[in-house]
Amino acid sequence: MQKTAKVCVFLLCLVPFAWLVTRTLTGRLGINPVEDLELTTGIWALRFLVLTLAVTPVRRLTGWNRVIQYRRMLGLFAFFYVCLHFSVYVGIDQFFAWSAIVKDVVKRPFITMGFTAFVLMIPLALTSTKGWIRRLGRKWQGLHRLIYICGICAAIHYLWKVKVIIGSPVYYATIIGLLLGFRVLWFLRASKSFKAHRVTA
Amino acid sequence: MRIAGGAAMVAAAAPLLTCSDETVAAADRAAEGIFRAPNLPLTGYKEKAVTVEEKQNTFEEITGYNNFYEFGTNKEDPKRYSGGLKTSPWTIKIDGLCNKPADYHLEDLITPIQLEERIYRMRCVEAWSMVVPWIGVPLSKVIERAEPTSKATFVQFTTLLRPSQMPGQTTSVLEWPYVEGLRMDEAKHPLTILAVGMYGKTLMNQNGAPVRLVVPWKYGFKGIKSIVRIRFVDKQPDTSWSLSNSQEYGFYSNVNPSVDHPRWTQATERRIGEFFRRKTLMFNGYADQVASMYAGMDLRRNY
Repeated sequence: MQKTAKVCVFLLCLVPFAWLVTRTLTGRLGINPVEDLELTTGIWALRFLVLTLAVTPVRRLTGWNRVIQYRRMLGLFAFFYVCLHFSVYVGIDQFFAWSAIVKDVVKRPFITMGFTAFVLMIPLALTSTKGWIRRLGRKWQGLHRLIYICGICAAIHYLWKVKVIIGSPVYYATIIGLLLGFRVLWFLRASKSFKAHRVTA
Repeated sequence: MRIAGGAAMVAAAAPLLTCSDETVAAADRAAEGIFRAPNLPLTGYKEKAVTVEEKQNTFEEITGYNNFYEFGTNKEDPKRYSGGLKTSPWTIKIDGLCNKPADYHLEDLITPIQLEERIYRMRCVEAWSMVVPWIGVPLSKVIERAEPTSKATFVQFTTLLRPSQMPGQTTSVLEWPYVEGLRMDEAKHPLTILAVGMYGKTLMNQNGAPVRLVVPWKYGFKGIKSIVRIRFVDKQPDTSWSLSNSQEYGFYSNVNPSVDHPRWTQATERRIGEFFRRKTLMFNGYADQVASMYAGMDLRRNY
C-alpha cells in the first residue's frame, strides 16, 4: 500500500517533465522555445524545492507523520529539475560558451544566486542515500540544513531575474520565507524552553 | 490612479457628446478610415523603402511574443488581452513648443504622407530580437507639420491611458500612462518612423495599434505604442523605464553590445526562430546612419 503510494507520487513528479518532453518533440513550445524550456524547468525546480521545504512544517502542524517518507524523493526531484534547468542554460541557451557562462555567473547577481543554489544542492543529492545517512550520523542533518540556503538563493534568483518585482516571484519568496520562518520560530522556542529548563534545574 | 483613469474616459467621451459637425465628420472618417481596426489591408505603400538582408520573422512570431505591459507582463498576454482595445476614432494631441498645436485625427495626420515599408531589426533590451516589416511614415514629416519652435529640443510621447480596456494599467507594474522621449535630432532622423502597419496590414493591438514609434537603433521599449500625445519640450523628458529603474534603463537606450545591462549581457542576442545566439551589432546594425549623432558622447554614461 505504502509502496504503491510512493510509486504514484514518483510518477506524478515526472508529469511536468513528460509534458515538457512531449511539447518539445511535437513542436509545441512557445515562440521563444529556449526561454520556454528555461522558464518551465526553473519554475518546476522552485516548486519542488518549496514542496521539500514544506514537508517538516506540514508534519509538525498537522501531525501527519508519514509525509516525511516523501521528503527525500521531493528533494531529489527538485535537484532533477534544477539539473535540467542548468543544462538548458549551459547547453542550449549559451551553447557551451564557457567564457560567457563564467561571466554570467560572476557578474550577474541573479545568475550568481541561481548557480549557488544549484551547487549547494549537489552534496545534498549525493548524500541522500541510506549509506551516507548512516556514515555521516549526526552531521548529516547539519549538512542538509544547506537546503535553507538553497531556498533563499532560489527565491532571490527569481526575484532578481524579473524586470519589475511583482506577482509570481514575490509569491514564491513569501512562501519560502514562511516555511523558513516556522523553523526560526521553532528554534527560538526550543532554545528558550531549553534555557528555562536549565534555570529551574 | 482610478480618478485619472476616469478623467481620461470622460475626456474621451466628451467630443462625442458635443456632436459638432466637425467631430461627426471625424467620426465618419474614422468609421471608413483605413486605420479603423487592426489587421485591415493597407495599399499604396512604397515596398521595402528600407530593408535588411536577414530573414523576416513570421506574422505569428511578431504578434504572439510581445512586451506591452498595458496588457500584462507575460509575452503571451498582449495577444490574449488586447482584443478589447478600441482604436477608432483615434486622436493625437500635438502640443508644447510648436506653432501648430492641435488634436489631429489619426487619418488626417498620416494619410497626407506617403506610407513606406521599413523592414527593421528590433532588438529587445532582454537580449532577443526580430526582423519586422513595419509600414509607416517618417516621424520627421509629422514633426514638420506641427512646426516646432527653435526652443523645442526634445519630444515626449504618451501612450493611451484607458484601464478599462488595458487591464495591465490596473496594476502598478509601471507608472501609467507610459511615456517615452527622443532628442529632436533623433526624432527627425530619417530612420525614425511612426508605424501604422505591419506585414501589409494595419497594426494588431498587441503591436501598438493604431500608431506606434519605431526607432530601430534603440532597445524596443523606446518604441512607445498606442500613442495619443506628442509634445515638444525644451528639457529631457521623463521616460517610463528610467522612472521605474534608472540604474538599468537610461534615456538614450541605444543598442550597444559593449554596455551590459546590469542583469544580463548585451553582447549577444537570440533572434526569435534561431537556435544559436547572434552577436549584437552596435546601434543594432544602423551605426553608419546614426553614430554621428552621438559623436563625443560617453555612451557608458549616457546608456
